[in-house]
Amino acid sequence: MISAHLPALQVVLPLLGAVVCAFLKRGSWAWLVALAVSLVLPAIALGLLYQTYEGGTISYALGGWRPPFGIEYRVDIFNAFVLVLVSVIGAVIMPYAKRSVEHEIPEDKQAWFYAIYLLCLCGLLGIAITGDAFNAFVFMEISSLATYALIAMGRDRRALLAAYQYLIMGTIGATFYVIGVGLLYSMTGTLNLADMANRLAGIEDSRAVLAALAFLTVGISLKLALFPLHVWLPNAYAYAPSMATVFLSATATKVAVYLLLRYFFSVFGVSVIYADLPVSWIFLVLSIAAMFGASLVAVFQANIKRMLAYSSVAQIGYITLGIAIANKTGLAGGIVHLFNHAIMKAALFMALGSIFFRIGSVRIEDLAGIAKRMPVTAGVFVVGGLGLIGVPGTAGFISKWYLGLGAIENGWWWLLMLIVLSSAIAVLYVGRVVEVMWFREPSPVAKKAEEPPLSMLLPTLLLTFATIYFGFDTFLTAHMADLAAQLLLTGGR
Amino acid sequence: MTGETLIILALLVPTVGAALIWATAWNPNFRETTTLVTAGILFIIVLTILGRFLSGEPLATGTVPIAPGLELGFSIEPLGMLFACIASGLWIVNSIYSIGYMRGNNEPRQTPFYMCFAIALASTMGIAFAANLFTLFLFYEILTLSTYPLVTHKGDDSAREGGRTYLLVLLGTSTVLLLPAIIATAVIAGTLNFEPGGILAGKVSPTVLSILLAMFMFGIGKAALMPFHKWLPAAMVAPTPVSALLHAVAVVKAGVFSVVKVIVYVFGVETLAGAATAGWLLYIAGATILIASVVALKADNLKRRLAYSTVSQLSYVILAAAILAPISIVGASMHIAAHAISKITLFFAAGSIYTAAHLTEVSQLNGIGRKMPWTMGAFAIGALSMIGVPPTAGFVSKWYILLGAMDAQQWIAVGVIIVSTLLNAAYFLPIVYAAFFRAPDKKSPDHGEAPLPIVVALTVTAAGTVILFLFPGVPLALSKMLGLVGGG
Repeated sequence: MISAHLPALQVVLPLLGAVVCAFLKRGSWAWLVALAVSLVLPAIALGLLYQTYEGGTISYALGGWRPPFGIEYRVDIFNAFVLVLVSVIGAVIMPYAKRSVEHEIPEDKQAWFYAIYLLCLCGLLGIAITGDAFNAFVFMEISSLATYALIAMGRDRRALLAAYQYLIMGTIGATFYVIGVGLLYSMTGTLNLADMANRLAGIEDSRAVLAALAFLTVGISLKLALFPLHVWLPNAYAYAPSMATVFLSATATKVAVYLLLRYFFSVFGVSVIYADLPVSWIFLVLSIAAMFGASLVAVFQANIKRMLAYSSVAQIGYITLGIAIANKTGLAGGIVHLFNHAIMKAALFMALGSIFFRIGSVRIEDLAGIAKRMPVTAGVFVVGGLGLIGVPGTAGFISKWYLGLGAIENGWWWLLMLIVLSSAIAVLYVGRVVEVMWFREPSPVAKKAEEPPLSMLLPTLLLTFATIYFGFDTFLTAHMADLAAQLLLTGGR
Repeated sequence: MTGETLIILALLVPTVGAALIWATAWNPNFRETTTLVTAGILFIIVLTILGRFLSGEPLATGTVPIAPGLELGFSIEPLGMLFACIASGLWIVNSIYSIGYMRGNNEPRQTPFYMCFAIALASTMGIAFAANLFTLFLFYEILTLSTYPLVTHKGDDSAREGGRTYLLVLLGTSTVLLLPAIIATAVIAGTLNFEPGGILAGKVSPTVLSILLAMFMFGIGKAALMPFHKWLPAAMVAPTPVSALLHAVAVVKAGVFSVVKVIVYVFGVETLAGAATAGWLLYIAGATILIASVVALKADNLKRRLAYSTVSQLSYVILAAAILAPISIVGASMHIAAHAISKITLFFAAGSIYTAAHLTEVSQLNGIGRKMPWTMGAFAIGALSMIGVPPTAGFVSKWYILLGAMDAQQWIAVGVIIVSTLLNAAYFLPIVYAAFFRAPDKKSPDHGEAPLPIVVALTVTAAGTVILFLFPGVPLALSKMLGLVGGG
């Protein structure tokens, strides 16, 4: 039955697609392949989510080799949720990609772009689905190398520097990760995460295991751009091709967060993380620093893509805040924000990409008065911005609600106040752009702008609609996040 | 039609109206007809709900669960009923006025103007009928957002700056203070539903109660309690119809409405009266009344004077609620109605003067009453109501507030009311005097009355100010019902 092989298909399909694209010459053919693959992937992910929701954890032995000796793909409600997120975003942005890529990538490199993009997608889905520590490293490298190439394809020459910067940082992160895995392997003799968790029992407080935890935490935190390890992110997002920025902002950091949570809760376990070590406090301090520091920096950016990038660093702070709060409600808040932030930020970057498509700039002075010519796109920016602020009726509010409740459950009233105060900074950086877009006289370039083609507009509107929809119907977001948090805190794996 | 359908229609009609206004934008006459018809239908719906409500039918919608503790739902209680009647009724008059004003001044971007207006009214209905704090908060924020484009309508530097202040103060207070207060209430009370007697009763210590009260009172920035009042004068850069309906009726009343609602249905009057730590609200409200009156006294710009008068009058409602006597709650509720109809008259008059004579300063108004007798006559009635002189609506509400203050032996409140009445007289009567009894300046431009729609609108509201004194029937009945709820 094919449904039994869904876990393998989830990863193999994009990998095959990438190979096919690499052999194609015409960009539009490669796009068709990528589109076909991207549209099938969410169906697989939703199938997996349904299977785990109904029947619990799925274990899939890759190539028929039984775990813990072979590579195991292991899907529970948490990574099924992440798979759905990544593949749905991938599907929604593919129709958008065509015109944007044609506009920004030279004709002879377009097929390569799609090949690399599919590799990146394959890597991210692989990290999310695998139950093997080293296999996760392989997928991490696949996605990272692909990401460096995607960023370097940006039209701006500074894209090269940004890609190089990320290459250095990303390699350090991957090295740290593999050192951590190596230490764990030397202590437990296994690479299977579930098996590793069992064998760690009794030796959790040995120095090698703690060192492994430290290496893993720092390595993965580099990938997820936890403050102050975020310095690669603003340039990478600002200078990458629009399509790459949309995809990376919505998925790459989110998958890294997933991996961190997987190690924290499923491998090391709640008692090691929270009782023996001050993980909660470290993440609390860094998350708050991100929420305030990065938001404040965002207020002063003239390049709006860069502004949204800093906003991403701040919003990642809310996600990791869930780890710091360390109770079920707070953790669910972090996980639901993973999803909510992905759709909101994707919509925002897509709107910005559409503007770049029309006027060739994302600088604030060129955006002046653009709402007169591109009211729908500028409207998308308003809705996405409201989501970042966390206005009720948007998905962002649901995240803040859970985080706030979680903070109070701990008796941390001051944290509740910090959460809302940092939201108020979002009012500043969103409000600034909205005012310029809607209430200024049009700039010379904005006068000639018009709405993007429907192939770009409709996917953007779909995510905008989702931003509002998930502010009201939270079954697929908050409810699933709640189940995932429950699973993680009870040591589920 | 079931009650549920009616409530949903009250929200839907203005929303659909906004879409139709957009669809009929190609013909201004069609567009304005759409606004008027939408306003008319909404008023009929609200009156139908009123009829059902007064006949004792319990009216509520089912609730839509969103997340644990979060529900979207609507139900009707006396205060919300009163607020919905005022807002929807005055929307009709205001629309007539808007047509005269917007055309008379050749304002640009009229289609978005009327659309935002309709959306603002839809959110006002949502606030009035909200069954719980989350629903209230949701529509409260939509109201802020839908009125922001109206404030910045002019599109020049001062309009943008005013809009910035407006958005930052209102979104800032609601995000930083109101939202955590709501989250805290959800945790402490275990529910967000508005219930007679309050949901926090017996669940918090006096200290926490006082902190929560502060977060609610200052978090509801639309009530313009000092020091979060600056958005109101800043919003005066908006076209006058916006100032009239939104910053005399819908937006500011949504603020004090929420204040009263939170005091009666979240804290509970008795709980607050029993807590010694909650008394500060009375003093802050009293201080706001007096300080704002003094600022109004000094302001030469007419709309600015009216804005500070509004700040001061809003705190009357808060003061009345803070007295925490059933009869003062009646006064608070009545004052929402009385101030709405009189202040809209005053703003209408200010806009009328601007349209006909392009004058904005108080010192320019010598002798203008001879050229614009209808406008200044209406202004005089509105001013008398602000002071609280019979036969105007302002007298009725002030009467109940005073009764409540004396009943509760709150002599400070009594003192504040007396002093502020004198101040009100000091900043309104000279305008009326100068308009009718001073000789006009030689340089004053030659002009007559404002366009007919404007004159009709302000005459209707001026008449309403007197009628509300003579026949306070339904509003008073609703207010007394609220007083009973508040009194336990």
